[in-house]
Amino acid sequence: MCLGIPGQITELVDHEFLVAKVDIGGVKRDVIITCVVDDEHPAESCVGDWVLVHAGFAMSRLDEEEAARTLALLAELGDMQDEIDLMRQVGSSV
Amino acid sequence: MKYMDEFRDPATAKKLVEEIKRLAPIARGQREMPLQIMEFCGGHTHTLFKYGIASMLPADIEMVHGPGCPVCVLPMARVDDCVAIAEQPSVIFTTFGDAMRVPGTRKSLLQAKADGCDVRMVYSPMDALAIARKNPEREVVFFALGFETTMPSTALTLLQAYREGLKNFSLFCNHITTPATMRAILTDPDLRLDGFLAPGHVSMVIGAHPYDFVTRDYRKPLVITGFEPLDILQALWMLVKQFAEGRCEVENQYARIVPEAGNVAGLKAIAEVYETREHSEFRGLGNIGDAGVQIRDDYAAYDAEKKFGLPIDFAQGAVGYDPEHLKCADVLRGVMKPWECPAFAKTCNPQNPLGALMVSPEGSCAAYYAYGKLAKRS
Amino acid sequence: MNFSGSITLAHGSGGRVMHQLVDELIRSTFSNPLLEEGEDQARIPLAGLGAQGDRLAFTTDSYVVTPLEFPGGNIGTLAINGTVNDLAVGGAKPLYLSCGFIIEEGLSLETFARILQSMRLAADEAGVQIVTGDTKVVQRGGADKLFINTAGVGVIPAGFNPSAGGAQVGDVVIINGWLGDHGAAILNARGDLALEADIESDCAPLNALVEAMFAACSDIHCLRDATRGGLATVLNEFAERSGVDMVLKEDTLPIRTPVRGMCEILGLDPLYLANEGKLVAVVPAEAAQTVLAAMQRIPAGYHACIIGAVVEGEGHVILQTAFGGERIVDMLPGEQLPRIC
Repeated sequence: MCLGIPGQITELVDHEFLVAKVDIGGVKRDVIITCVVDDEHPAESCVGDWVLVHAGFAMSRLDEEEAARTLALLAELGDMQDEIDLMRQVGSSV
Repeated sequence: MKYMDEFRDPATAKKLVEEIKRLAPIARGQREMPLQIMEFCGGHTHTLFKYGIASMLPADIEMVHGPGCPVCVLPMARVDDCVAIAEQPSVIFTTFGDAMRVPGTRKSLLQAKADGCDVRMVYSPMDALAIARKNPEREVVFFALGFETTMPSTALTLLQAYREGLKNFSLFCNHITTPATMRAILTDPDLRLDGFLAPGHVSMVIGAHPYDFVTRDYRKPLVITGFEPLDILQALWMLVKQFAEGRCEVENQYARIVPEAGNVAGLKAIAEVYETREHSEFRGLGNIGDAGVQIRDDYAAYDAEKKFGLPIDFAQGAVGYDPEHLKCADVLRGVMKPWECPAFAKTCNPQNPLGALMVSPEGSCAAYYAYGKLAKRS
Repeated sequence: MNFSGSITLAHGSGGRVMHQLVDELIRSTFSNPLLEEGEDQARIPLAGLGAQGDRLAFTTDSYVVTPLEFPGGNIGTLAINGTVNDLAVGGAKPLYLSCGFIIEEGLSLETFARILQSMRLAADEAGVQIVTGDTKVVQRGGADKLFINTAGVGVIPAGFNPSAGGAQVGDVVIINGWLGDHGAAILNARGDLALEADIESDCAPLNALVEAMFAACSDIHCLRDATRGGLATVLNEFAERSGVDMVLKEDTLPIRTPVRGMCEILGLDPLYLANEGKLVAVVPAEAAQTVLAAMQRIPAGYHACIIGAVVEGEGHVILQTAFGGERIVDMLPGEQLPRIC
């Protein structure tokens, strides 16, 4: 359960009620951004942020560095596997 | 679609599966049974089946489907309460789509709608609030359902109604909490579990520390997991690595979304609006102390249970309502596989769901109903 | 005729006002010689029909949709194209349609006139004539704004015999383009989910496409338009009736990004979303490329592609995920509901 997907904030719609427009694969929806703003990251700095959208609320700011780290780790795993495969092939051809 | 497609890459999936296959026998070690890994969350169950991940895993790993589907553990009596509210002539009853088909003892919300009740499906509790603003002469009730993921959204919606002084909006609160439910599973003498995939979106709200008891008191490794297929595979890989290396930790595979401390604003809204409910009846799991929440007295005016004078003491829980021959409880607890239930696919199927696990597309019975046919093929 | 105001019960009373509506609005919009005769039935010469084929195809369908008008079409274009397509996928050349309106009093005349106009255009595009019809007006609450029933006849050329039970092991499954546009467009147009998306219904006539397909291969085994219940439902019918399995390759399924986006947001599966301009064909493997090439030369088939194959089995539809996993794509027990909490 708890369906949530990443989208990007494209504009601030209502500063007082903390409403912003978010774009998910070209589909737009107004969402509440209360959970992704604070003194250090005020509403007006939200545009461009990637957020996790659930039931009309932005619930978490997506940490793009962490995402890149995860993907890099997975890519590395791929390279490692390729090396293992290569070694196997080399080993069997000797 | 950015941040989704990258986590659905088949080539990477293949590598991860190979890695899991390599480590799984080491991880399993001397265990007689395959590693029993519970994916607590129905969203994970859904991903497992949607991408056919279950069919890619080695025999050393067995996925056990957890009760993390708010629709599946909702007692029939609570659906009856929903229907009773919806039947009040002044009421517009609003709900997420998931809950429409769940059978009560009398009828489902979908049937209530067909019988003339004003039941409306919304995407967000805020949309229910908008309906209340537009219809000042009607009572608008939102069916607040779900684990901690959904709680901030309903709490913030209630607070907004309070700020605006809206008198015709209330929540029927059926929220439940993850750690308490996990604890109930862990204390179950019949259940043999080795590790957990923990729900990523619940964790984005509550953070990583509420799971510390799982590793500390019960010695089960746990990985907080995202919902894309690569997330699940990476989390399984992290888990088998923990077994293989003899570690037992709470790890966070989903760091891009889940901060260690959770979501400050979300937790604040939850604490402001909700308090622990002494008794919560879970369908199939019985009564779990401190697992549910209710609306604090400060906001009683927005509590549909008080507004409509509902019975708060469900003398008859979900267990009592499930017919004798149904084994929903055992399947929910992960003690029995769906196909071991005598009603499975015979009298209980998606067209005619007798138990809740057959109703929700995230219920393990509904998932197995489709998947089992595939298993027979091979 | 003056298009201001609304339809009232008088418009269905059989009196002057009704005759005015039928003559000056409906008949004049649909105008053609058979309709102009003004009888209670269209009198169609048999001679011409027999020359075009050896069987008559006859179909009927009713149309109810909220909202009446949506990006990419309206209830009227659905009613024409839907019935044209039901004939076309039987191998028939669609010729004549009937058209029955059930109108709730209060429908604006302007809206009704606009819908009639688009029906005329859709009929012209498909090369069919609306030759007979009926109008009823019911009191407020007796219907939801406007219901349309269209029946249609067409002629099937000798030798064409596609059927849901005709799929054979080794055959190839073809779709003529993007999946789920109509279902997503309607969900979006209803507005109760407060989503904004640039999605249009794919509502279109398919008879020209079908004609091109049969010209390329007279031995098309199965042919259906994938309307309610989407691609998954049609393929399940084929698989069950033919006693075979259908294997779909997920990474070949054409789905537009906004449709995907909407499905991701709501937890829906695009395989079950309705289409109004999509057909699924099962053809012998050796004819697949020829049929595909013929399809891609017709506007309704520009994005046609091969999405799967027929294998031995017991009537299941199996999706090979982009991941290398497999899952069964069953028929849905009911309407797809969003998953959120």
